[in-house]
Amino acid sequence: MSIRVSHLCKRFGSGANQFVAVDDVSLEVGGGELVAFLGPSGSGKSTILRIIAGLEQADSGSVHFAGRQADHLHARSRGVGFVFQHYALFRHMSVAENIAFGLRVQGKSKDEQRRRVAELLDLMGLAGLGERYPAQLSGGQRQRVALARALAPEPQVLLLDEPFGAVDARVREELRHWLRRLHDEVHVTSIFVTHDQEEAFSVADKVIVINRGRVEQAASPAEILDHPATEFVARFIGEANVYEGVARDGQVPVGALRVPADGLPDGTPVTAVLRFYDLKFWRDDRGFARVTRTMTLGDRVKVEAVIDDGPVIYSQFPRRSSLLAGIEPGCRIHVEVTLARLYPQGGATPAVTVQLQ
Amino acid sequence: MLALVLLYLGLILALPLGAMTLRALEAGPRALWAAFADPAAREGLILTLVLAAIALVANGLAGIGAALVLVRHRFLGRRLLDVLVDLPLAVSPVMTGLAFLLVFGRGGWLEPWLEVAGLKVSFAFPGLVLATLFVTFPFTLREVAYVLIELGTDEEEAAVTLGASPWQTFRLVTLPNLRYGLGYGLVLTLARALGEFGAVLVIGGAISGHTQTATTFIYNAIEERQEAAAYSMALVLAAASVLFLLALEWIKRQRRKER
Repeated sequence: MSIRVSHLCKRFGSGANQFVAVDDVSLEVGGGELVAFLGPSGSGKSTILRIIAGLEQADSGSVHFAGRQADHLHARSRGVGFVFQHYALFRHMSVAENIAFGLRVQGKSKDEQRRRVAELLDLMGLAGLGERYPAQLSGGQRQRVALARALAPEPQVLLLDEPFGAVDARVREELRHWLRRLHDEVHVTSIFVTHDQEEAFSVADKVIVINRGRVEQAASPAEILDHPATEFVARFIGEANVYEGVARDGQVPVGALRVPADGLPDGTPVTAVLRFYDLKFWRDDRGFARVTRTMTLGDRVKVEAVIDDGPVIYSQFPRRSSLLAGIEPGCRIHVEVTLARLYPQGGATPAVTVQLQ
Repeated sequence: MLALVLLYLGLILALPLGAMTLRALEAGPRALWAAFADPAAREGLILTLVLAAIALVANGLAGIGAALVLVRHRFLGRRLLDVLVDLPLAVSPVMTGLAFLLVFGRGGWLEPWLEVAGLKVSFAFPGLVLATLFVTFPFTLREVAYVLIELGTDEEEAAVTLGASPWQTFRLVTLPNLRYGLGYGLVLTLARALGEFGAVLVIGGAISGHTQTATTFIYNAIEERQEAAAYSMALVLAAASVLFLLALEWIKRQRRKER
């Protein structure tokens, strides 16, 4: 079932404490799609999800399910499965009773409840745990029970609010793959909220980047990585160095570093966004920057350097990269920018992407 | 430090309780039993149990309702109400009894209407009920409110998205989650109802065979130097207290298991 959200607004509080959580948000999710709402915490992404579920009332705007307006529908009759960040399992009920809850309140027969519970326990890899209580389960198991409970009444839409936020890193990785596989099998229209870009990009068909209650960009993961639509997306996605400067002679000087800015009129104030992986460092005793620190992050190495007369700059290399040869704290290096994104301030001039090579 | 704490507790808790038990046992089981042959003693105890039962039911229900309103709703004056419901904990029971007399007693505000209705409140059973309800009101409310805050609304929201009606959500999700808090509050309510003295003395007058409760019986027995009777009744109340403590401990344990 497709979901369309148009011109949604939501404020919390009143007077001086008023806070705009959702600011004129419109978006679309196709039937059977798996979509991620990606944004920093407090960006309003969870609020949008809760409005779609009917758990929160929008101040204005509307939500359509499969082309039909749903704003007047109570949360209990929207046919939406919701998975909460902290599971929200019924702690006084066994796993089986938790999963059966939706069917039970809808008056389905005991036989049907039993059949569906067995089916879902199997599907979720929870076989044999039906009689356990939530307190006796691991975090990953609890989240799968929460998912099974949401899926039991066969919802048209599945909404997941930071579903893997409360489990440790390894389990999170597992659950991600598992959600992707599950979606490929069940094909229910799904939206999940996350602040973790890796999670959004590895699981979703489409990513909607949200910041300060607004949609910054809605596109495929590849599109967002290659063509960030706004300065915020460029800063937020992938790790990047961000500098403010003024264009002069087709360059933006950042200390001794010259960021290529072909085509920008002189005097344009810009924000330059340089991704870590769009920079090359190599050892050069006549270079204009000095390495201050190297950090090994698993299979990658992050290098911190200071540009002469300028700020700190970071780059990142595969651990076995030849570029790393001779790079150590204290040595001088040359910095090459292979790709720069320049966002003129004020928004009058369009953004520029400069690619060298 | 530990020794100091133990000494203090011994002085204010163990010593008086021990002395009372010893004194009661000294009189011998037969004397104790004989004390309850007195109909005044039996009636006092029964009256106290009836009052406690009424408080249990009424304040159990009122406590859940008021806690839900205070925790889950935002309205003008909520803060004030939140403070007011603790009033019975802060006010001396004697004052409570006096205040009830001013409203329901002879020359009280409501006396003309009560007379018309043929209802006697002060120095009668309804007065005792009112006083008991007042002094025991906050216990269930506080315990239930505490659990409600801790619980949050996630489970209830989950139930709603699964299609549960408001009543189903309350009966199947909220109420079961409240059960230990409710139990704890009810035991405290019971303990307070059995032990109440000042308010029931002032509004009830401790008329033997009429408005004399277990505690006011002890008071009257001491006045009349019937020590065996006083100690026996006190021993019964003390035994009840021990049961209450055990019940509270059991509830705390069950609660911990569910986390």
